[in-house]
Amino acid sequence: MDIHEYQAKKILSDFGVKIPTGGIVYSPENAENKAREIGGSKWVVKAQVHSGARGKAGGIIICNSPLEVADATDKLLGKKLITNQTGPEGKIINRIYIEEATDIKHELYLGLVFDRSSESIMVVASTEGGMSVEEISKEKPETIIRSKIEVAVGIQQFQAREIAFGLGIESKLISRAANTIIGCYKAFSELDATMVEVNPLVVSHQDEILALDCKMSFDNNAMFRRDEIAELRDKTQENSNEVYASDRGMNYVSLDGNIGNIINGAGLAMASMDMIKLAGGEPANFLDVGGGATPEKIVKAFKLISMDTKVKVILVNIFAGINRCDWVAEGIVQALSKIEIKHPLVIRLAGTNVEKGNEILKKSNINYIEASTLEDAANKAVKALG
Amino acid sequence: MSIIIHKNTKILVQGFTGKIGSFHAEEMIKYGSNVVGGVTPGKGGMTHLNLPVFNTVKEAVDQTGASTSILFVPPAFAADSAMEAADAGIKTCVAITDGIPSHDMVKIKRYMRRYPKDKKMGLVGPNCAGIISPGKSMLGIMPGHIYKEGKIGIVSRSGTLGYEAAQQLKDLEIGVSTSVGIGGDPINGSSFKDIIEKFENDDETIAVLIIGEIGGPQEVEAGQFAKENMSKPVIAYIAGLTAPKGRVMGHAGAIVSAYGESAIEKVELLKECGVTISKNPSVMGETVKKVLVENNLN
Repeated sequence: MDIHEYQAKKILSDFGVKIPTGGIVYSPENAENKAREIGGSKWVVKAQVHSGARGKAGGIIICNSPLEVADATDKLLGKKLITNQTGPEGKIINRIYIEEATDIKHELYLGLVFDRSSESIMVVASTEGGMSVEEISKEKPETIIRSKIEVAVGIQQFQAREIAFGLGIESKLISRAANTIIGCYKAFSELDATMVEVNPLVVSHQDEILALDCKMSFDNNAMFRRDEIAELRDKTQENSNEVYASDRGMNYVSLDGNIGNIINGAGLAMASMDMIKLAGGEPANFLDVGGGATPEKIVKAFKLISMDTKVKVILVNIFAGINRCDWVAEGIVQALSKIEIKHPLVIRLAGTNVEKGNEILKKSNINYIEASTLEDAANKAVKALG
Repeated sequence: MSIIIHKNTKILVQGFTGKIGSFHAEEMIKYGSNVVGGVTPGKGGMTHLNLPVFNTVKEAVDQTGASTSILFVPPAFAADSAMEAADAGIKTCVAITDGIPSHDMVKIKRYMRRYPKDKKMGLVGPNCAGIISPGKSMLGIMPGHIYKEGKIGIVSRSGTLGYEAAQQLKDLEIGVSTSVGIGGDPINGSSFKDIIEKFENDDETIAVLIIGEIGGPQEVEAGQFAKENMSKPVIAYIAGLTAPKGRVMGHAGAIVSAYGESAIEKVELLKECGVTISKNPSVMGETVKKVLVENNLN
């Protein structure tokens, strides 16, 4: 689960990381007042959307008067911001963050993630702040500092100091920088985060170490014990079909193609998408209805797919294990008696009681194309596109 | 031999009396697995499915001599149960539970390090289908009948894709020595490398099929291990060629976040390690068969 920049900054500041003074606003009038309240002579107006690269997309505007702040807010609010990470549909701007401008001396990069190889928390830092970590790894890999943190004992002062020295931070600011790194680590480890990225982390001309931009992601699996984080979810930043699916316990990812698919198991779902592509088609979605594939879930899945206007053909691929094909087939028949599907439907069942399952489908009055293997199913789905 | 579980392996079910635990325990017993009891804290002394229920894993191990456990405990309590198993001297614990937080998984793995190698528990999963040694024992939630007894080792992150492979092999009259589901989470108990190493040392297994997917370094690490240490042929299929970057594809661990984690990159890196690639999921069985013929192993 992703959160907004301003929410991430608030969290980090609770862990002792310094952030520029700022506030969230919902209207131009609000923005102008906020700028006066913050004071100073320069402000930054920042569109709050779940995406990086907002600056290049026009979502971050520097202003020299409270009136300019109001104008910039007026310009951004309610618009869709299209960045190189949002896709062509962009993301709606419903909240604006107003911040005092920072007098930047150095821009640094600081990120924390799980390292899946060593199963520890990895701190990644670089002197090349402002660039994405992918760009840094490509263009300036020599500037990257990596430090693995033993989770049982947590980050130690010396480790944070080593990173700070590695970033070339002046001696008098080392303990400030170390405390910033430790604060980020604590936020990561105490709140079930999966990613904390401060980019840029800046050293100001006033010798402050500030988190200027920040992204945080959290483990969806840990939300049962993180009410205060779960509450920060902003569904307006997510694809509406994906929200519908996740609220009903289905794993769904919207894609650009036109073959909708309903599959049990994440691996089989990915494999089926690959088969569609190899057959010359494009999947409209990834959908894993779960290993169980109960009739209720099949009904929900058909509802979800029929909400997607891109879909021209539907492919159902269920490998029935403990749940038998006859049971799955009954679920499909039941689902189709409740929803009208206008598109060609290809069904492939496999596993336990496959003959019985196919017989139930044949005997029903549903209009479908039967497929035997994964490959056969993908070919028939592509052919059905016409 | 098979790997990890054999005909007489004594099995405990953690989360025994719950709905899911009961259902699968019954399936395992029907398959012929040697389930000797279960653990549900607070229900010790009861009998469930004609087997004893214990309050603690320690007690259950003392009374039954069980060496292995399967875990159906809900996500919030799963880490605690896995550590309890490790402490009670369980040798292999298969965690079926889906949805264990990553921070908990890291904690479990650190906890297990306190034991010397010969006393250390092997954890398989979580979020996996479990393990089956066809004709001998089933320690999982898979449909047992799709696995033919034989000599191919299967190791898969995905459950259903593992079933797909077993069925394809069975249709070609090829059997399986052991099939291991290592699960779809980013931090898991056993890696592909851990399992293929066991297959290399197993007399009965003649070739290994790896079923991987996008995200994480484990497929490539296994490829490198195979190149340096394995005499047996390795075949692999990697799912997710069409998966967009940076999105979680159902499995919490199926997300491309670094170089070498996309399906195309994994395929290329595995080929360099001498692994034979099944070019699509429909030909996993055929590809294994072809490799067996080429190596005179059929």
